[in-house]
Amino acid sequence: MTVTSNSSGGSSPAPVPEDLITVTIDGFQLRVPKGTLLIRAAELLGIQIPRFCDHPLLDPVAACRQCLVEIPDMGNGRGMPKPQPSCAITVMEGMVVNTQLTSAVADKAQRGIMEFLLINHPLDCPVCDKGGECPLQNQAMSNGQGETQFVDVKRTFPKPVSLSTEVLLDRERCIQCTRCTRFAAEIAGDPLIELMERGAQEQIGIAEGEPFDSYFSGNTVQICPVGALTGAAYRFRSRPFDLVSTPSICEHCAGGCAQRTDHRRGKVTRRLAGDDPQVNEEWNCDKGRWAFTYATQSDRLSRPLVRDEDSRALEFASWPEAIGMAAQGLAAARGNVGVLVGGRLTYEDAYAYAKFARVALNTNDVDARAREHSDEEAAFLAARVAGRPVDVDFTAVEKAPTVLLAGLDPEDESASAFLRLRKGMRKRGLKVYSLASHSALGLTKTKGTLVPTVPGDEGRTLNSLDVEHPEIVEAMGQEGAVILVGERLAAVPGALTAAVALSERTGARLSWIPRRAGERGAVDAGALPNLLPGGRPVADASARAEVARAWNVGSLPSGPGRDTDAIIAAAAAGELDALVIAGLELDDLPDPEAARAALARVPFIVSLELRASDVTDRADVVLPVAAVAEKSGTFVNWEGRHRPFGEALKVPGALSDLRVLSAIANEMDVHLGLPDAAGAYRELLELGPWAGDRPVGPAVRPVVPPEPGPGRALLSTWKQLLGTGRMEDGEPYLAGTARKARAYLSKTTADEVGVLDGGSLRVTGPLGTVTVPAVVTDIADRVVWLPANAHGCDIRRDLGATAGQTVELAAPTTNGRQQ
Amino acid sequence: MSENNDNGTTETEQSVFTDEVVTRLAQDAKEIISRYPKPRSALLPLLHLVQAEEGHVSKDGMRFCADQLDITLAEVNAVATFYTMYRRRPGGDYQVGVCTNTLCAVMGGDEIFSSLKEHLDLANGETTEDGKVTLEHVECNAACDFAPVVMVNWEFFDDQTPATAKQMVDDLRLGKDVVPTRGPKSLCTWKQASRVLAGFDDGRAGEGVQAAGPSLAGLNLARERGWEAPDPNNLPTPIDQGEEGAK
Amino acid sequence: MTTLTPILSKNWDRPDSFTIDGYQSTGGYDALRKALTMEPDSIVDLVKEAGLRGRGGAGFPTGMKWGFLPKDNPNPRYLVVNADESEPGTCKDIPLMLANPHVLVEGVAIAAYAIKSSQAFIYVRGEVLHVVRRLRQAVADAYEAGLLGKDVLGKGFDLDVVVHAGAGAYICGEETALLDSLEGYKGQPRLKPPFPAVAGLYASPTVVNNVESIASVPGIVANGAEWFTSMGTEKSAGFGFFSLSGHVTNPGQYEAPLGITLRELLDMAGGVRAGHELKFWTPGGSSTPIFTEEHLDVPLDFESVGAAGSMLGTRALQIFDETTCVVRAVGRWIAFYAHESCGKCTPCREGNYWMVQVLDRLERGEGTEADIDKLLDICDNLLGRAFCALGDGATSPVMSSIKYFRQEYVDHFEKGGCPFDHSRSTIWADRPTSAAGGNR
Repeated sequence: MTVTSNSSGGSSPAPVPEDLITVTIDGFQLRVPKGTLLIRAAELLGIQIPRFCDHPLLDPVAACRQCLVEIPDMGNGRGMPKPQPSCAITVMEGMVVNTQLTSAVADKAQRGIMEFLLINHPLDCPVCDKGGECPLQNQAMSNGQGETQFVDVKRTFPKPVSLSTEVLLDRERCIQCTRCTRFAAEIAGDPLIELMERGAQEQIGIAEGEPFDSYFSGNTVQICPVGALTGAAYRFRSRPFDLVSTPSICEHCAGGCAQRTDHRRGKVTRRLAGDDPQVNEEWNCDKGRWAFTYATQSDRLSRPLVRDEDSRALEFASWPEAIGMAAQGLAAARGNVGVLVGGRLTYEDAYAYAKFARVALNTNDVDARAREHSDEEAAFLAARVAGRPVDVDFTAVEKAPTVLLAGLDPEDESASAFLRLRKGMRKRGLKVYSLASHSALGLTKTKGTLVPTVPGDEGRTLNSLDVEHPEIVEAMGQEGAVILVGERLAAVPGALTAAVALSERTGARLSWIPRRAGERGAVDAGALPNLLPGGRPVADASARAEVARAWNVGSLPSGPGRDTDAIIAAAAAGELDALVIAGLELDDLPDPEAARAALARVPFIVSLELRASDVTDRADVVLPVAAVAEKSGTFVNWEGRHRPFGEALKVPGALSDLRVLSAIANEMDVHLGLPDAAGAYRELLELGPWAGDRPVGPAVRPVVPPEPGPGRALLSTWKQLLGTGRMEDGEPYLAGTARKARAYLSKTTADEVGVLDGGSLRVTGPLGTVTVPAVVTDIADRVVWLPANAHGCDIRRDLGATAGQTVELAAPTTNGRQQ
Repeated sequence: MSENNDNGTTETEQSVFTDEVVTRLAQDAKEIISRYPKPRSALLPLLHLVQAEEGHVSKDGMRFCADQLDITLAEVNAVATFYTMYRRRPGGDYQVGVCTNTLCAVMGGDEIFSSLKEHLDLANGETTEDGKVTLEHVECNAACDFAPVVMVNWEFFDDQTPATAKQMVDDLRLGKDVVPTRGPKSLCTWKQASRVLAGFDDGRAGEGVQAAGPSLAGLNLARERGWEAPDPNNLPTPIDQGEEGAK
Repeated sequence: MTTLTPILSKNWDRPDSFTIDGYQSTGGYDALRKALTMEPDSIVDLVKEAGLRGRGGAGFPTGMKWGFLPKDNPNPRYLVVNADESEPGTCKDIPLMLANPHVLVEGVAIAAYAIKSSQAFIYVRGEVLHVVRRLRQAVADAYEAGLLGKDVLGKGFDLDVVVHAGAGAYICGEETALLDSLEGYKGQPRLKPPFPAVAGLYASPTVVNNVESIASVPGIVANGAEWFTSMGTEKSAGFGFFSLSGHVTNPGQYEAPLGITLRELLDMAGGVRAGHELKFWTPGGSSTPIFTEEHLDVPLDFESVGAAGSMLGTRALQIFDETTCVVRAVGRWIAFYAHESCGKCTPCREGNYWMVQVLDRLERGEGTEADIDKLLDICDNLLGRAFCALGDGATSPVMSSIKYFRQEYVDHFEKGGCPFDHSRSTIWADRPTSAAGGNR
């Protein structure tokens, strides 16, 4: 609404000195930027004005009236006749304000409001989850009075009400501050909760049959200033004053959200969003908040396992025995070992693998990409990502005039970035364009414009924007415009090449947002076949020499490394003598079946893992490693920002990957020189980024996607935020809020296969068939979108297909209306 | 998409929002939406519209509104439960609302309401078994000079007594003609009234009186006493004596 | 002596007063014809000069409100008529729109022209079906006659008017709540600033005016500012409806210059009903502190009523005689405020919820002296603390009734119940035959 014309163009990035104005609060003068709210100005003086509806990241509503102050002078010599809500009044030059500390009127007003709030509030603090950290409880003590005049009948409701499987509502505790509904409507864009009814009957509610299944619903629990909203998983579990809190960084995606991990007696009880204005502000997604029980499942590995030579079964072994076996096997295979690590490692652990591969195994066959990848992507990462400082950051996304998305659905794949896009849209008129098969929910919530793109056609579409969408190209030329590409583009030949080209010809900044928390760190740490730490190209002799010097070794392997696909292929061909696999699910690989078959042909496999998996099942040595909460380290988020965190839980015997690798190396008589994460980080810091020439970027031409015949369709797909991931295990309440499996297809396609909107659709791929509800929508003919990871529709496992492949569509044979 | 296939809801009755009804109402909705610069403005009329179809605002009705405006069901629900003219559950063909705000209550509204409750054996908000009359008390309906006032389907029944009100509800239940004091020549049903509120005229604006009794009290007195507004062509010279100076 | 000045009501005794023909035959739409020959700004100036103040209760100068629209805002401008008449006791706009909807439509056309708006809305409360019909018909007929729509009267002025029926919420009489409601949301008041003049309907510059204010505009345009100021007082110019209701011999609408007194009006209306005497009255609806006999000579203009401790409000003169229990009257009003509180702000939502229970207890004779003080304290915590005027309004009857009739509250609990026979208050109580009231 308030966006000014973009024609000025040259808005200089240099910070404009803010207009400071003088205000007097409780007799103290201070200067604050124009536009500052009174309540914030008072905070700067350390004056806490009580408040409930106020939240610094929500639009002011002045509804609860708790923050009333007296304003004897508005700055124009005239006073306000009535006390004013300090959460909604911006300071004016010369304004004089008296808070409860100096004004009897303000104090009486606040006490009166507090009394009103308490007349209908139950006295159940002793059994309320919020007790001990409750703004109402605390402020009733600080700004209320001990006695109430209320002797009448309180509102009561049956309790609790489920707003979703995860969020519960105790209605009588609610003080109608609307923080939750405003969060849902403003921040998340999910107005699924509302204040129903009117007046004293007003209460938070959902519509019947439409639960509060927002990816961000947990934030409402956190910002609820009373105990009205609680999380099902934490309800009645502990008292806040019994918990130990450790600042942490979320391990679920590449956003690097600040969190707080609360634990008691060695067990994580809950996680909260941390406050980091530059990254996640004060929000997180429900996965980050609630998906932490994966580390305490019954299949968690606690002791090393080695395969018994006779029985061929895995048997418990001592650490020295297991380390010894691993070292022996790997030493024997030295020079012909592949190292596959998932994208979930910390920066330091990834570095340990990168170094271990080169130093201990003498190979560049190391890759952290347990997903679709390509040489084009490797070249892209080397040229544009690895070892680069922070360029496009969250703030740049929020402040961009235009953001173009390709191969990325931020709501599903980078939730905190999605919130910034929404904020930019709401506050600054940010315009979003997205190359995708259809307008997904997240795109509509950012009021974005779809650039309809058949899966696999992203490269060609990007290359032809000048002709087909000159307005986008023009928008990309604006100061601050940003192109965000997702990891999915690696699977589309020519797409990353085209994105780089678009960035270069328009001046728009380009940033790569992978999904997993360890992806960017692995790139920077050199856990890629073509890269050494700091973006140093393996192929560059001086780069190798630089690293060799730092590592105190004579030389590094110079032969080009094999990527994940090539390592699997080599394994399948019986060419590998050993594999080191860490933090990797075979189902994450492009072809899980081929990977399984390949593993069967590898003579010796060492697995470093948290929980039993189909990798550990095949391994010869299984070495348990510490979960994120049990170690310290750093995630490098998609911005390139380092997000260090400390160990929350001290678990004796829980070793990080780095320490296990060091032990193996020691046994191999190779000294990694990495005593702990801090040491690894120091070493990386000393190495610094590559100062030499960058390899040229990728140069791949797009290929024309196949044109499926009747009854067939190109598969469009990505992973939804919540789904079948193993890191969501053990959290049924969270799983209940996941988006259900469904297929999007066009009216024409639906007619062609004889499926009705809302009816069932059978989709068949190489491995099998899924049957899901069909949703007719605006999507290209003969394209079908399916979630990649929904319960009942895991496309790799159930279909054996990936994005851009052709699948078969059919109406269910029995009865089109069932299911 | 698929608004009428109930999926495991507890409602036992078949929804009135069949495909055919939805198609018809979607046309009406389109017309309503077209009156406004922004579609969301159509929500109140749309809720009147679905009430005109079903007699009350059900979840299906709200779903229809949500679909027309592309907003969430919760957003519709919040609005539907905020305003008192939307019935939450089925009611009678005639909604008899007795004003019990202070002035009408004092003038006899309380007695009218309690006598109707007794006469019909209904509590506030309940409907007679024949489905004809829903009884409720209402707030001030801007006819205080006609107190005590009863509204039937939001038509004025002025200057009521317990006797006239009982007679009226009896007549309604017997299907006899009941004529509002200031309104059309006969009462329309609740659903028809809701449709008018949705913005679809029933062609009855010309029926009934232009004004009645108390509305004309001042005018009649002025006529009687020859009082008129000042003549613009012959304005009196500045007057400040008059009522103001005199205490 | 003040005399009545039938202006908006002058044609109400014509059976066809609500038709376009009936209206035009008494000079209707001549003012629009004249207005369209004038510069829009000069009409704004004229209304300023006339000193017309908002007739919806607050009395804000109408012309000034029009003048607040920013000149440089590129968004469309909207005119919204507040026809959500719901304040207890207020009953002027409804008969006006029923009998003479065209004077409102004409006023809308002139006002929209003056503020350079081409889209107007009439937000009428939904609970008045026949008024909705009449308004719609009037608007349709005006379109038909070329008085609305494209190129009004061939003068190049376009105006669309939409009649929008509300759905039952007193709070929508508050102008920003009305705008939210008109946008399809719950009617809850908005934070100000920005004021509607800057960011109103759809965040565009918007004028919201009461029905009677807008209906007064054609007369001003036709007859001039001087004509208007020849009525009323210096600061409360012009005329308005005085709506007498309750225990008065001839209740109804009395159109008179501002500044007339209740004594004069009661004289015209035949006095308090025979055999009874005035006990208390509201000058402008339930949200204005009550007056008693001692205020009979207070000039009913904005300043004088304010100086006497109340507000002119909507000139809704509800007359209660000595048979009326003030505790019952106030309790019922508070029940109304509790029912109509939108729930947005704490003091109004909780304060009214609380006062209902205290007043109930007092009325039943189960209260205490402390309850009376408690009511005053609740009012102290509510008055001036609420988000909008609804909360403030609720304190008016409570505080003023305790001020004038504290002993009556005490009597209730001293006697252990209400000392009044409510049947004596009914309209039929003194009627010779008890046929009507025979039920109790």
